[in-house]
Order: sequence, then structure tokens, then C-alpha cells
Amino acid sequence: MAWTDICAFEDLVENSGICALLNGQQVAVFLLAHSDEPQIYAVGNYDPLGKANVLSRGILGSVGEQIVVASPLYKQHFSLTTGQCLEQPDVVIPVYRVKLQQGRVWLNAGQQNQQASAA
Amino acid sequence: MQQTKQILVIGNGMVGHHFVDQLRAKDPLAQITVLCGEAQLAYDRVHLSGYFSGTSAEQLALTTEEAYQAANIQYRLNCWVEQINREQQLVVTSHGGQFYYDELVLATGSYAFVPPIPGNDQPHCLVYRTLQDLDAIAQSAAVSKVGVVIGGGLLGLEAANALKQLGLQTHVVEFAPQLMAVQLDQAGGQMLSQKITELGVQVHIGKATQAIVAGAECRYQLQFADGESLETDLVLFSAGIRPYDQLARSCGLAVGDRGGIVVNDLCQTSDPHIYAIGECALWQQKIFGLVAPGYQMARVVVSQLTAGELSFTGADMSTKLKLLGVEVGSIGDAHARTPGALSYVFTDPRAKVYKKMVVSKDGKRLLGAVLVGDTSNYDSLLQYALNDMLLPKQPEQLVLPAASGTPLAALTLPNSATICSCHNVAKGDIVAAMDSGCCDLAGIKSCTKASTGCGGCTALLKSVVDDELESRGVEVKNHLCEHFEYSRQELLHLVQVGGIKTFSELLSRHGQGLGCDICKPTVGSILASSWNDYVLKKPHVGLQDTNDTFLANMQKDGSYSVVPRIAGGEITAEKLLVIGQVALDFNLYTKITGGQRIDLFGARLEQLPAIWQRLVDAGFETGHAYGKSLRTVKSCVGSTWCRYGVQDSVGQAIAIENRYKGLRAPHKIKMAVSGCTRECAEAQSKDIGIIATENGWNLYVCGNGGMRPRHADLFATDLDTDTLIRYIDRILMLYIRTADRLQRTSVWMEKLDGGLDYLRKVIIDDELGIATELENQMAALVHTYACEWKATLQDPQALKRFRQFVNSPDADENIVFVEERSQIRPATADEKRQWLQQIPITQLSEAELPVNALAEEK
Repeated sequence: MAWTDICAFEDLVENSGICALLNGQQVAVFLLAHSDEPQIYAVGNYDPLGKANVLSRGILGSVGEQIVVASPLYKQHFSLTTGQCLEQPDVVIPVYRVKLQQGRVWLNAGQQNQQASAA
Repeated sequence: MQQTKQILVIGNGMVGHHFVDQLRAKDPLAQITVLCGEAQLAYDRVHLSGYFSGTSAEQLALTTEEAYQAANIQYRLNCWVEQINREQQLVVTSHGGQFYYDELVLATGSYAFVPPIPGNDQPHCLVYRTLQDLDAIAQSAAVSKVGVVIGGGLLGLEAANALKQLGLQTHVVEFAPQLMAVQLDQAGGQMLSQKITELGVQVHIGKATQAIVAGAECRYQLQFADGESLETDLVLFSAGIRPYDQLARSCGLAVGDRGGIVVNDLCQTSDPHIYAIGECALWQQKIFGLVAPGYQMARVVVSQLTAGELSFTGADMSTKLKLLGVEVGSIGDAHARTPGALSYVFTDPRAKVYKKMVVSKDGKRLLGAVLVGDTSNYDSLLQYALNDMLLPKQPEQLVLPAASGTPLAALTLPNSATICSCHNVAKGDIVAAMDSGCCDLAGIKSCTKASTGCGGCTALLKSVVDDELESRGVEVKNHLCEHFEYSRQELLHLVQVGGIKTFSELLSRHGQGLGCDICKPTVGSILASSWNDYVLKKPHVGLQDTNDTFLANMQKDGSYSVVPRIAGGEITAEKLLVIGQVALDFNLYTKITGGQRIDLFGARLEQLPAIWQRLVDAGFETGHAYGKSLRTVKSCVGSTWCRYGVQDSVGQAIAIENRYKGLRAPHKIKMAVSGCTRECAEAQSKDIGIIATENGWNLYVCGNGGMRPRHADLFATDLDTDTLIRYIDRILMLYIRTADRLQRTSVWMEKLDGGLDYLRKVIIDDELGIATELENQMAALVHTYACEWKATLQDPQALKRFRQFVNSPDADENIVFVEERSQIRPATADEKRQWLQQIPITQLSEAELPVNALAEEK
């Protein structure tokens, strides 16, 4: 699976999201910076319940141990690590692999969670 | 378990969907195909009449196409089955499609029975069954004044409710001598007739309709057997249901004499590879017209297909519902047909309440009950009946008024007691869910599915959960969320006393976890109310709801609407031209709002800065339509122009709007100023309402329009402008300090200990000695106001966020507009699909495509 250079680390917004175009797919990229070691997460930008490309504009947070984004449309929570919707577990969004290399953010087009692509 | 079996389901009503849902949960690998005759997947037919009181088709939906796709369930919509070939195990649809099956499930449901009355096939003679029927009813109602429902059963009264909501003069015509003859006894039926008549629906019982002919006053006339007649524009048949069994008949399956597909205890038809469930199935000569038994049948078949051992043993037909606002309940043997049964009856002719309890000969067991006008005892009575519990020594206590306040303690219920009959959840299941960590109602609902069917058990579920929590020594708290063990008021105190300026500081000192979409915007609002920092400053940006982040209102398709401030609703011709020109240049949809300003819809994220640059250059400021903050101060034209006005209401409204603009609060705030007592600005429906008098201004507080209207309270009279402003300063600041998150002033006032009098004591008499402090806090906020859009346009870092993609100048292809009434509107899903098909295949990069398209390419 190929890695694609998406943007500079500085283009990410702390504790919030941006959206990138990855081979025609919209990907929401989040920077979680509450601890000393910032974490970057990438999931599909499409909210399958609200049916719009908006997840990058949701609020980040945690539900128990899970790190989630809340859809800005109808507030369902999606896990940033599994893509699963907490309110409707049968709904899963794609999760992408991310890496940080020399100050650049890279995304891998191969999805991490196979459930989402099984549909 | 044979994993490769093809399971074919015909019908996707509530029961068909429940079957699919349950089978997928039990067997992740089963090949499931659903053929659905309607244009959409399953929806909630139980709450269908809500469609006319604002519940959308989406809200009624029980699932979505995406969910079926994600669960790997094949489905076809608008798909009618023509024929079942049992030998080849093949189903043929009207489009010629062929589907082979290993196991076939018929969940075809039922259709509304239309009695063979001459004239029943004319236009405006309709039935009430599907969303399509409802659309037809709404269309007909729009050109009708009077509507008649033929049939006074449960569904007929639901249908009457729909007609009433559509604004028609509504009649119910019933052939039997009483309403709801199946569920109620005669006295109960009479009480129901009285109550419904009182609510403006005319009831005609014992009337056999013989013909529908042309009317004199209305479109039609119903002619009754007794010689009388009734004029109406619309006829709605609700005279019972008939099972859809034609498919089963034509392929030779056994059907009942009066219809229905015969099934055994395993819900198998006469062909062991074909099952029938729900209202099309006939079990022991009985059709079950309620959703709970249908769900039971669905679970029985799922169990059959997954090597389980469930069988169908009949179902409890007890029911509790609200018909036309009247509570009605019926349990078990409502007609006291059991030999030796005794009845206790309580009637309150003033409140029009009727309650009957049917008990066994020895008075020890409850056999049935009828409740009209008050169903508060229903849950307790049902538990006695279902669990065969021993009645108290004086069973009449259960229905006498004194007992109403003391329902059966949930703690005394056995663990086997069924709480939710739709999803077959017993008290033990709920206790188990709580044992495994669910500790609130929402969690228990999603974990056990209890109370997510018809909703009839909501109150009982809550009392089971509350009692159980209490018995475990859990206190019920008003903590904001799992990240802060404080209420909003306590958090505001911590922020202000501790001088805390950021969310992360508050979280590390007083919270846990990472925060969420509840605490982050709340704290963002508290910080803004306390320190008035620019909301898009780096530490605050992640706290804001998307509307605050992008200073615009997100619409359903992810585009935004833009509302410039038009204080008091006063605007110059030049500024109107600017708005018009901006709307033209950016192709925006324009609409006048209820708050006397103009909303511009259809702006893409990346267009917002350019739009606002134009608006700011022309002297506009942000209207905060996106914020939990002051929205508008509406005004009438006042003494300047109006013959009746006694003060300059427009000038006052503009001054007040400019004073409080940008003020962040627990919820939005609306105000209005009227220039005289005629009240053209509707100030008494606002959070703060001001009405001019000969001597000054009357101040009204804590009114509300919207979902739960509240008339504002008159707080003080004949105030001069200085005093008026000081009072408003103090009230708003106290509200900001003490209200809960998302609590409007109306609810805040109702929850305030001591209510209006207390508020007067604090604000006018300054009993707490905080009046000056409140005024100073407000003054600080007023002085630090800055237009957020102006600030954003000057901040390159903030502007970077206003683009769809960080790595491409492209726009979001999922935002598509079509034209309607000479303006744009968002395209529907179907329209988008058509639009997409016109694009060459190489450009298909739309998010609506299957998510794995990309992976396959690589």
C-alpha cells in the first residue's frame, strides 16, 4: 500500500480536525494533543448517518477508554481507532494509517479496519 | 449452523426488519437478501401519526440503506414478488428478477381492509397504512375541510388523530355499538367516546355505511342504514387489516379460511423451507396485529435458523397507548370472559376516568384490566397479570385514586418479569446489564434494546433502573458528563475563582479523560462568558461546535448558512443591495428569518471568508446565528412611524442588540421590543421582552416560543431606560452563572428555587448583594466585544481552516444544488445519484461510492 504525503504537521489543528483528499477519498485527520506525545488519527470524512462529508469538523473526545469524534450533524460518536459508531455498532467508517515523517503527515490508502470495506 | 445458506426475506416492515436485525446479530455470515415492496426500508408504523406532527420519514426510519450495506445485507426496494417456485426454491419479482433461496421468510404483513361499500373507490377515499398512504392523505386534506374515518378501532382512532392534526373537522364512524370493541368493555368504550367528543372529534357508533354518494355541502355524503347521513370531503377506511397472503395462496401453501398463512409453533408454513412471521401469519387460527408478537415470531425463526430451540407459544395482546391525547390501556381478559371472573370498577365522571380490574374467582390473581383516561396503573397491573403475582388482600387499592401515586415497586418484581415486550427484555436482563457496567438509562437502552420498540415501557424501565441504582447506593447526580464530576454552575465557579483560562487547564485540574462534545462546548461557552477571548484562538478552537468554529450554521449537506447582524431589523437600502449582490455572486438561497434578518444558505466552507470579506467591507457584523448567544432583538416600528406607538421601540431594540451582541450564554437568547401594548414584536414570547408604556418600559422575562412555549412573566413596570438596562444586565449575568447547559431562560426560571419572587429579590432588591458584581461582569463583556468575522479575516492562521481539503483546492462533490422556485436547494440523494452518473467514470471519486473501491484499485 502506497503512502501519500498529505500536509505539514503545522497544517493540523490541535485537538481538532482537517480534511485531506486521498486518491479521491475524503479523509478526516485529527491531532490529539492533550498529552506530551501528540497523536494523529485518520478516518473517513463521510458521515454515513448524516450523509455528508463533515466528520473532520466534529468535536474530539473520549468515551471511556475510546477516542472518538462526534459528528457535527447528529452527534453520533465514531471511534478513531476502529471506525465503529458507538450508538449504532453496525455502522463503521474507514480508518486509515497515518505516519509523521520529517515534519510531514503521510496517509496510507489501505484501510486499517477491514469491517468497513467488507460492505 | 450452515453458514452458506441463502436466506431470502420478502417484506421489510417492522417485523421483517427485526428478523434481519436479529439474524445478523446471531449469525454474522448468513447470506441475507431482503425484497422490500416499499420505496424505503423499514419504518416505525406504530408512531405513524407523528408524521403529521413533525416527525420526519427519516426519524420514523428503523434503519438506513447504509446500515444494511455495512451489515452486508442485500436488499431491493420497490420490489414486488410475483411468484414463488417452491420446487426450484426460486422467487420471481415483477421486474423479472430471480432469487434462489434455501430458507424463505414471508414477512409480507397486512393491508387495510376496505369494506365493500358502493362508492368506496372514488378519489379522496383512502386508507391509513404506509408512508405513501400518509402522503396521499395529506394531499387530500389540503383540499378538504371535513374528514371521516370509517372504523373506530385502535387504528381508526390513530387515523382520526392524523386527520385532526391536519386541521380537518373529524368524524369517526363505527359499525359496532362502541369504540375499540376488541380492547375495551362497553363502559370503557363509552368513556372513550365522551372524551374524544370533548376533544372535538365527533363519534358516530352503531352506524353501518351503505353508500358513498356525491354530497351537497361537501364532496361526499355517507348514507347510513338507519336513514341518516353525514357529509364529508375525505373518507379514510380503517376497518381492520387483512393478511397479505396471495403469494402463499398462489404457490399452494396452506392458508386459513379467513386468510393468513398457516404456521406451526416454529412459524413454519406447510412448506418446511418457508416461514411466515408477523401479521401475515396465522397461528392457531389467530392473527396477531401488534408488533411485539411479530417480533417474537421473528426471534423464533432466527432461533430455527441458528440451531436454537425457541418456539412461538402465543402472545400477550395487552396494550397501552395514547389515542387523540386520551390514555387507553387494555390487559388480558378485558371483557371478563373467564368463568367466574370478578370485576372491580372505578369511575370518575368529572375527570372522565374509567378503570376496571378483572380478577380470578378467588380474588388472588389479576386476569385483565381496562383503563381509560388514566393509565398510570398499567405497568403495575400488567406485571401482576403477566407474572401471575399474588394480588394484595384488597385488590381494589390497585385502581383507586389514592393508589395512583404508589405504583408497584420495581424492586419487588421478580427477575423473570418482562419489562419490554417488544424486545423481550426481562428485569433480569436489565440487572445483568447494570452488573456489567451500564449505569444509565441510555446505556441500558442501547445495551438491552429495552424501550426502543413501542416505547410503552419507558416509565417502568426508568423506575426499574432508578430503584436498582438506589438499592446499589448510587446517588443520582447532575454531573456534566463523564469527564467532569461537576455541574455547569460548579464549573463556572471553578473557572472564575481559579482564574482558569483554557480547557486543558480545567481538565487537568478538575477533570479526567479527553473531554467530549458535551463538556467542550460548555466549557468553551463558560470561558467566553468569563473572559471573552476570541473563540477561534488556538486553545479554544477545538472546543467549539462546528457552527462556532466556522462562524456559520451547518446545514444537512455540510454546507453553511450566513446571517449578518441586522440590529432591530432596521436596514438601509444600500445594505440590502449588498446582501442581494453577495447572494447573487455566490449563488446563495435567501430567506427572511423569524428574527427580522436575512439568512443566506448554500455557502461552501471555502466560500465563507470571501462572503464575509464583502459583508464586513460593507459594514456588516456577524449575527451570531450559530452561537449559544444573543440572536436578535426584534422590534415593531414604534412611535416614530406608528399611529399608536408610545416609545421609540426600534431605537431601543438597536441599542439593546448592540449592547448584548456576542454575549455567550448557556443557550441562545432572543429579545424583542414593542412600541405599545398592541405588542406587534411579540415580546412576551422572548427571553427578554420589553413593551413600551406611556411612562417608560415594562420588562418581561423568561418567555419562550418554539417547542415548549412559555408566556413571559411581567418582571417590573414603567422603568426608565437606565434601570431597564441595569435589570437586564443583572438577569442575564445571573442566568449565565447559574443555568444548566443548554437550559433556556424559561426552564431556568421554572427550576429556580422561589421562582419569579426570588428573581425579583435578587435583581431588584439585591438581597444577595451581588447586583454591582453582576453589572461589572456584564460591563467587561460589553467592552471586550469584537466581531468574530472581522477578527477571523485578519488572522491568516484561522483562515487556513476555511478550505475543504488541506491538500487540494477542490470542492466537496457531495454538495450539489438543484433549482427550485428560482433559487438553489440541496439535491436529494436520488438527484445526486443521477448527477454522479453523468460524470465520466474516471472521475468517480465520490464518498458515496463503496469505500473499498479504492482498496481494490491499489
